[in-house]
Amino acid sequence: MITVGYFLIAFGAFFYFLGGLGILRMPDVYNRLQAGTKATTLGSFSVILGVGLVNLDYLPKALVIIAFIALTNPVGSSVLARASYLKGIKPTDKTKVDEYKGGDEK
Amino acid sequence: MNFSVFLVSYFTWMILTSFTDVKELIVGFFVSLVISIVMKKYYRIKFDVKFPIRVIKFVFVYLPVFIWEMIKANFDVAFRVLSPSLPINPGFVKIKTNLKKDSSKLALANSITLTPGTLTLDVKEDTLFIHWISVKTLDEEEKKKKIGGIFEKILKGVFE
Repeated sequence: MITVGYFLIAFGAFFYFLGGLGILRMPDVYNRLQAGTKATTLGSFSVILGVGLVNLDYLPKALVIIAFIALTNPVGSSVLARASYLKGIKPTDKTKVDEYKGGDEK
Repeated sequence: MNFSVFLVSYFTWMILTSFTDVKELIVGFFVSLVISIVMKKYYRIKFDVKFPIRVIKFVFVYLPVFIWEMIKANFDVAFRVLSPSLPINPGFVKIKTNLKKDSSKLALANSITLTPGTLTLDVKEDTLFIHWISVKTLDEEEKKKKIGGIFEKILKGVFE
């Protein structure tokens, strides 16, 4: 069980690294948010679950924390993306379509 | 005071602190009481005959699909970040949803955000605005099936 826990922590750390790399490589704020939210959710989940498996006393708390991250992380990223769009931050030139034009006015 | 909110917050408090420490239990009781009074007008769960069925559906139908899609999303982003040519083709698209309740629309938006390549920007009436990292199609039906497909069907059974 402890071995599995440490493996999960290492796996999560790797995904944290990928999230950071994604923020560095992506061209604009929306794509960065994609990388930042996705790669780090699995990263956080496996690090927290790994800590819960290494020390079984923490397992219920770890599960509650995972549930709260799953609830709040997507809301946070949507709000960030929406705020930056309404503030007028231009998406990258690669963007194909924009059906959200006008934003809040519609 | 709303009893279901009280129960949920008291139980969460007990998991996060301890089940046996009397001091923690007393403080938690009052904290959950205040929360359930303040949150009364925002939050309602109807306990009816269908409630257990909905919970079972949520745990055994929604959660496995959600976790599988989330793992896929993470590997998808990992692949995009690591490949040297950075294969993205982003765009903002809108899809229509049939879900009526606010809670089910929130669940749908959250599920879409955590699934491969999509991020919900805004929800307005029955339209969801989504940032899609690789736009594959602009056809109304195709879009809907590719982005929200399974989740919409499952959530309809769970929340409505």
